[in-house]
Amino acid sequence: MTHAESDHAVGTAPAPFGRIDNVAKLFGADRNARGGFVALEAISYTINAGELVAFLGPSGCGKTTLLRIVSGMTKPSSGRVEIRGKAVDGPYADFGFAFQTPNLLPWRSVIKNVLFPMEIKGRSDTAARRNAESLLRMVGLEGFALSRPHQLSGGMKQRVALCRALIHDPSLLLMDEPFGALDELTRMEMQDLLLEVRRVKKMTTLFVTHSIAEAIYLADEVLVFSRRPGRIIDRIRIALPYPRTPDMRYSAAFTDYERRASTQLGVMHARPHDR
Amino acid sequence: MIAKLGLPFLGLAILIAAWHFYVRAFHVSPAVLPLPGVVLDAFLENWRLILGELKVTLLESVYGFGLAFLLGIPLAVMITSLPMLNLTFYPLLIATQALPKVALAPLILVWLGIGIESKLAIAWLVAFFPVVVDTATGLRATPAEYLDLAASVRANPLQTFTKIRFPAALPFVISGSKVAITLAVIGAVIGEFVGSTEGLGNLLLVANSQVNTALAFAALFALAILGIVLYVLVALVEFGLSPWFGGARHG
Repeated sequence: MTHAESDHAVGTAPAPFGRIDNVAKLFGADRNARGGFVALEAISYTINAGELVAFLGPSGCGKTTLLRIVSGMTKPSSGRVEIRGKAVDGPYADFGFAFQTPNLLPWRSVIKNVLFPMEIKGRSDTAARRNAESLLRMVGLEGFALSRPHQLSGGMKQRVALCRALIHDPSLLLMDEPFGALDELTRMEMQDLLLEVRRVKKMTTLFVTHSIAEAIYLADEVLVFSRRPGRIIDRIRIALPYPRTPDMRYSAAFTDYERRASTQLGVMHARPHDR
Repeated sequence: MIAKLGLPFLGLAILIAAWHFYVRAFHVSPAVLPLPGVVLDAFLENWRLILGELKVTLLESVYGFGLAFLLGIPLAVMITSLPMLNLTFYPLLIATQALPKVALAPLILVWLGIGIESKLAIAWLVAFFPVVVDTATGLRATPAEYLDLAASVRANPLQTFTKIRFPAALPFVISGSKVAITLAVIGAVIGEFVGSTEGLGNLLLVANSQVNTALAFAALFALAILGIVLYVLVALVEFGLSPWFGGARHG
């Protein structure tokens, strides 16, 4: 259960971190596979250690389902997922999950929300508390440890949720459209914050989004998903260097990536930009 | 703020004034409806008696409510945790709730006598259902995203219950309790009506039979105050908990 916390080092060359192997998901089908729908169709992908991979696609394309399958919270109908050499069979200790909503427990203070995973693991000790405090400092929330979630803005709540996902130093961070509900300015702030956190923590990150600009701004690689049934229709390697800066959003390269993703998604003529 | 606190009292003042002038204008007999001032006199003259009877009814209500709370919450936890128990008892529970508890009062009197036990039993019986049903509803209404969070950190079923499902159900428990505490007072009075030698319900009956309408009204007001005070106490608990629930309260 604790093996993962110790070796957190990530090599310079991308090393295979995990493998998604021919994963498919059928929902609501009866025993003869009738009446349901195919959410995901034969997805294969190799996750490199330390990379940030964005799953980009329209609503209902199964990208969230794939993220949940990687976490072990949802079982695939066929295929398998392997993380750090181990087949995924149910949730494991070594990932942190950030949900679509901040999903903070309203009756707990900020720090108690951050410590929640440690409490469940029975390791909510002074070291964990110090770690929680340093995470809150990193996301700019020092001084809010004893606040209640309802006293925070949407962006602040998502920062707390990010701290909670990282409190046990996971090597894998799974994020399910975590900034989808935020206003545009807060959202861009959160994107820079995430990149900064990743620079420090070096965790491998899978990030689900339906925002083309967000996917390109954040990711080493963008996986573009088709409408249902979800398939990977394009893999866009983003060659922009890190640290990424807001002015990169207006570079020619960035626009080229946007055009390519938009074309793949079939929204080129209708909506050049997401939103 | 002044309006918020003052207007309810203005409403009360209007009611009392209307009452006063109605009695005066239509020369209503004091046996039917005494003047508010006369009721106040009766209240002040008999305050020791009323206070004593109030104490009895208060204890019956609070004990009945407490018992409903202590037995109702574990039952709600059991029926929501075990589908088999739920199927076995929940329909029965709903069916029993439809039964007018007043109808059981004479039977309970036969079983438990005219002492405090029978009042307590009736108060418990009427307060029990809101506690069980609301708590069970709350335990079933855990937001799916909280359960997702529990799954993502691999919480075991006991941890999921103590750290997520139960605290998430607390607003429902409180709203059930608000209903239950007022019902407990009603239950206690029903018990006193059916057979008793003490309590505000008994005082009301005695005053009525002596056509001492002013005293009956005084007892009635004492009952209203008792109900309101108990309700406010539960509401205060709810208010104290409200930061825990992001200000969003149910019921």
